[in-house]
Amino acid sequence: MLHIVNKSPYDRNSLDTAVSYKADGDIFLLIEDGVYAAMKSGAAASKLDGCSVSVLGADIAARGIAEDKLIDGVSVIDYAGFVDLVEANEKVQSWL
Amino acid sequence: MSEIKKFMYVNRRAPYGTIYAWESLEVVLIGAAFEQDVSMAFIDDGVYQLIKGQDTTGLEMKNFSPTYAALGDYEVTKIYIEKESLEERGLTLDDLQHLTWEDEDEDWAEKDSIQLISRAEMVKVFADQDVFFNF
Repeated sequence: MLHIVNKSPYDRNSLDTAVSYKADGDIFLLIEDGVYAAMKSGAAASKLDGCSVSVLGADIAARGIAEDKLIDGVSVIDYAGFVDLVEANEKVQSWL
Repeated sequence: MSEIKKFMYVNRRAPYGTIYAWESLEVVLIGAAFEQDVSMAFIDDGVYQLIKGQDTTGLEMKNFSPTYAALGDYEVTKIYIEKESLEERGLTLDDLQHLTWEDEDEDWAEKDSIQLISRAEMVKVFADQDVFFNF
């Protein structure tokens, strides 16, 4: 399952809920304001402990987040990588 | 008619994910043109608006972050950042743009526009305002 989160973890509980539904092999893709969760210095970073996480590169760049500010192990992908993730996962949930 | 009111713009949304941040900035600049006493507060996710180094080329959206640097020229010189909101997000003032204004009364000396204050101090700043615009 691919879980897509597009809301800031400091504004909505979308990420909390998505992570609480995690099953083995699931992947989390953070886009739009969801990418703030992947900043390692933020209080929300720990919510992603033990999760396989990707972020959309265009969205971190727009928000002034350098890759070295991300949690270790987070993958930065482009729109083609987004498509690959959707294709590779039989099921997708967008937690709005 | 020309009574000057104290306008406070409260910003608590991240940029780009929604239109609030950009709309706020536009309204602030319009309000400043009417010679009101304008202040801006950045709390909650609003502190993300001022992160430096924003590059929106991958989003095909306008990068409006350079516009904040023009606020000083519009005599918007009181920009309050809430310390608790910044710290919760793992940010420091060094992560944000350095906004300044030039003081006409002191031979155009360059001064900082940004004041980093606690939530308790923000409560006092709010108490001193006449009108609020929340974004």
